[in-house]
This record gives sequence, structure tokens and C-alpha cells, in this order.
Amino acid sequence: MTDADSPIASAPVAPAPVAPAPVASAPVASYIPGSATANGANGANGAAEHRAPVTLTGGPPPGAATLRSVDLCAWFGDRLVLEDVNLLMPAGQVTALIGPSGCGKSTFIRMLNRMHELVPSASLAGEVLLDGADIYGAGVRAQEIRMRIGMVFQKPNPFPAMTIRENVLAGLKLARIKCSDKDTLVEQSLARAGLWREVKDRLHSPGGALSGGQQQRLCIARSLAVHPNVLLMDEPCSALDPTSTARIEETIGELRDDVTIVIVTHNMQQAHRVSDLCAFFLAAENQPGRVVEFGPTEKIFTEPDDPRTLQYVQGRFG
Amino acid sequence: MATTETIPAATPPPAADPVPAPTSARQRRVIQDKPARVDRWFDRVTLASGLFVLVLLVLVGFFLLQRSRRAIGGIGIIDFLTTEGWRTDVSPPEIGVLGLLTGTVIVAMIAIVIAVPLGTVSALFITEYASIQSRKYLTALVDLLAAIPSLIFGLWGFLALSGQLSSLAEWIGTHFGWIPIFEISKDANLTNSMFIAGVVVALMVVPIIASVAREVFAQTPPGEKEAALALGSTRWGMIRSVVLPYGKGGIIGGSMLGLGRALGETIAVSLLLPQVPALVYRILENGGSTVSGFIVLRAGADPFTTSGLMAAGLVLFVVTLVTNSLASVVVARSRSGAGVDL
Repeated sequence: MTDADSPIASAPVAPAPVAPAPVASAPVASYIPGSATANGANGANGAAEHRAPVTLTGGPPPGAATLRSVDLCAWFGDRLVLEDVNLLMPAGQVTALIGPSGCGKSTFIRMLNRMHELVPSASLAGEVLLDGADIYGAGVRAQEIRMRIGMVFQKPNPFPAMTIRENVLAGLKLARIKCSDKDTLVEQSLARAGLWREVKDRLHSPGGALSGGQQQRLCIARSLAVHPNVLLMDEPCSALDPTSTARIEETIGELRDDVTIVIVTHNMQQAHRVSDLCAFFLAAENQPGRVVEFGPTEKIFTEPDDPRTLQYVQGRFG
Repeated sequence: MATTETIPAATPPPAADPVPAPTSARQRRVIQDKPARVDRWFDRVTLASGLFVLVLLVLVGFFLLQRSRRAIGGIGIIDFLTTEGWRTDVSPPEIGVLGLLTGTVIVAMIAIVIAVPLGTVSALFITEYASIQSRKYLTALVDLLAAIPSLIFGLWGFLALSGQLSSLAEWIGTHFGWIPIFEISKDANLTNSMFIAGVVVALMVVPIIASVAREVFAQTPPGEKEAALALGSTRWGMIRSVVLPYGKGGIIGGSMLGLGRALGETIAVSLLLPQVPALVYRILENGGSTVSGFIVLRAGADPFTTSGLMAAGLVLFVVTLVTNSLASVVVARSRSGAGVDL
């Protein structure tokens, strides 16, 4: 699709505000995670998804990667906010981080792709191992790490001046990754994020014009386009309505084979639904956050070892 | 499926309601409020000050128009706009604004071409690269630069910078002389040129542009910056794809504001340029004149010349007014401009 096509491509979309309402609501039923029709519906429309993935040159190595934190501590100025976090986030699995506000979940997830150091007073101790190599090691470039470990933020943040297509391809441009077949990459990335069907006719309209849930899926597509080994999600659904949330949870389910996912969430049911492993963070008053318990999600939610975990997952505090 | 049944069941009653009165028949109420006395006074005071500024602007324009009637009446508006020289010793006198205006525009352009990149880059350094602690001091330093009187800049340019810049002018002339504006003839005097005046004016404009641009860059949504960085962008890539597009309006607005100052700059250019009205295109060679600089030098001459100076002033007034209005429009339309006052 060339730029010259854009006026023609976007012209039929003009009456869209009226038309898509029934279209958008109709598939909702099939978007419920785990429903049998969801994959079929996506497959029929996103044929590119089943073709071989587009090859990128200069991008991350292929496949999901294992992420491990070793004795990780974080400070803001002189204040210790997170202490001795040891988590193993295995390749191709979904790890959920739960816990009340202010217990250091977001700080922790931002340390996993070196976003932590963007806060001027931030410092840390310990190691983060990406397939065994310390991402804070000497001579390691933060940019390279962030390219391999993508991130989706709490508030959808597409680039508002760019079109949908440009948004998806932004990572390639910014990280200087080459791709021979951009059209297919755009289609595959949007399809993996579960957005292709909704936007395929208006790839050249601005990304900022989408609804909140669509914007968040666009951000997921943008992260996926660089083929990261790990995808970090910091409360990706907290600003979204239940339908969009369900849609994103379904997306997470479809992504788990290709990419390791770490997700911070305040929504206990969401953690239960999407994750394989679950870590419960807790900070006592004026104390740094710590991991109280870490294990298979099923165990955390049914028979945790620590009474505080049980209280929290049953909604008795926090 | 129980829910799908209850919804249609619930919908009919509203439809069965009696037909509501057509909207046009309903009496709309005028919403009234009784403001407190202090608010009423505040309203009046602010309105009065706003009107005062507007009236002042109109009065200045009117004053210039009134005083320039003699010269424009004697010469004709078209001739006044198209005459490049300024001779009152011949009869009829040949005076016009073309040479002065050209000089003004050229000096302003040189200043803007130098000051826009310099101001933008210093603003980027302050907002994106400097440490939090040094940011404060750098900002104060840039603002301090704006507080230096233009006379000081002019004297410094005249006494110190001129000598240094003429060797730079010679180098440019030797290597880029094939571009018409950079042409220099053999043994030409390279001091007191429009190039030197332009550089000095640029130094006065840099703090204006840097200050507006810094304010806008600092408002860039942090979420978008983080989005770029989280995709594996370099800091420069983030600046290019997020900060600069966001701050475009501020850069343009700041530049136009700086242009306004460059067009009106008086003391420095009256010191630095020979102020002989003529069409001069060779910016590296001695020569050039500007409206404001010329007015200062000739002020207090015979009534006819004074009237001519008023007419020249009127032209400058209109040009700067248009420039600043354009700046406001551009800035107000841009995404980042909403928070910047011009």
C-alpha cells in the first residue's frame, strides 16, 4: 500500500462512525478468552499471520527468552523501594506481578528493560539476566536491551502525529531495523495484537483517533513489530473497559508461544486468567517492597504458602 | 441468554410514552448569575487594560499615518515603496523605503538562519541532555542573555567581533563566492557588513527562541518519550521522532517572535552598518542599511525628511505586526502551542 493510495483507502471509511457499531459489537462474544471461535475469526481475516514471519535484519535474535532477576534492589535517591527480588520468568510463559499500590511492581518491571534509569535519582543493585547475560553488564547498550525487551505502558501512548501504519513501523525506524516486506509485517503485527480487522481499511489514518482499547492494542502491535524476546506490560488494561480488556487478554493468550510476557496487574481475576506464574509483592509501611510469594498461578490463587498472599488474592486487603 | 430477553422487554415502555413536546416549543431559560462585587470590578479592570493595549496600538498606527502624510503625499505611495535611495538634496526629493526594507529583511534573515538552529539546539540541550541540577542554571543563563541591552551587543560587535568576523567573511567569500550573495570583490572592505550585523542580531535573538522552545520541549508528553525509548530508540531518535514534532509549533512561534525583534533591532545595527540606503545584495561587504537604524541616525532632520522617516517607520510597523500575528496563528494551531503565550 503506497502513500498515494491513502485518500482512496480512507474514503470509504468516512461513514464509519455509524457502520462499525454492530460490526464491532458482534464479535465481542467470540473475543472471550479461550473461546473456540476467536482464533478462527482472526485466522480468516489475518491470513498473513499464518505465513512465515517476516525476517528482520538488525533486530533481536528470534524466539522467546528467559528473564531472571537476581537479588534485585532499587532506590530512588536514598530511599530503598524494592529489596532482594529473585524471580525466574521462563521463556514462552506469562508471569503476573500482583500486589497493592506502592509495593514496587512497576519499579521492578521498569528495571527489566532499563527504563528505571530514566528517572534521574534512580539506582539499583543486583542483576537482571536475559538468557543468562546481565542486561546491566559493562558495555551493554540500554537501547539494545529495550529493543529485545518491549514494553506496553499503563496509558496507551501511540505517536499521535503518525498514522496507524507508521506507528506499527516506528520501532523499526527508531531501532534501525531493516525489513524487506513492511506490508506483511504491519499486517502480522496488527493481527497478533488482535487489531488487524478493525483497522485494515484505515492504516493511513492517525493512530490517535482510535479508541482507548484500540490504541493500547496498537501499542502492543508496535512493540511486537520489532520481534522482541520479552514483552513487559505495566497494567495494560487499567485504563480500558471490560470488552477491550477481554480483547487484550485474548491477545496475551495468543502471544505466549512466541514471546515471554511479564504483566503487572491490579486485577486479580486477570492475573488468574492469563498467567502461568504469579509473584505477590508487598511492602509493609515505610519498608521496601519484597516478593512474598512466587509460584505457579494456580497454587498462588488456591493454596498459597503465605497467609498474606491468601488474604490478598481473596480480596481481604489491598 | 436471559439478559438478551430482558433488554427487548425493557425497551418498549419509553416508546409507548406520550409524544414529547417538540423541542422548539419549549421555553429556553436564560441562565443568569449575579457576580460578586469583587468579580464585577475585576471584570472591568481587566477589560479596561485589554482595551487600553488595543487603543495604544491603533493610536501608534494612526500617529505614524498622520505624520507620514506629507512625505507620502509628496512622493506617492508607489514611488515611496519602490525607491531604493534617499536623496533630499535634489528637487523633487527622491526618498523611498525599498533599500532600507531590503536591508532590514536581509539582516533579519541572516539573524534567523543562525539563531533558529542555535536556539533550538540549546533548548534541546537544556531539556533533554543537561542534568536536573544544571538545568536551572542554564535556563537562568539563557534568560540573562536576553536581558543584556542591545547597545552592549552593538558595541561588542563593533569593537570586538567585527575584526574576527571579517576574516570568517573572507573565508566564506573565497570558498562560497560563487553564490551571488557571498560574492566579494578584490580588496573589498569586509567590516560593517550586513553579515556582521546579522550575526550580532542573531545573538540577541537566540535567547528568545531558546526560551520559547525550551518551554514547549519541556511539555512533551513523557509517555510518548518513553514509548520511543522502550522501542530501542537512541536519545537522538526519540528527540527527532517525538520531541521535535511536538515542539514544532514552539520553534516556529519562537522564531517568528525572534524575527520580530530582529526586524525592529535598532541600536546595534545603527552602530554596525553604514546606513546608506541602497539595494545591497553582497552581504559580506561593507554596506547596508535598515529602517530602524536609519531612522535613529536621521532623527531631528528637516520636517520633510522626518515625515519620510515616519513613513518608513509605518512600513516597519506593518511588517512586524504581520509577522507577529502570523506567529500567533501558527503557534495557536500547533499541538504544543496552546500553552505558549506570544
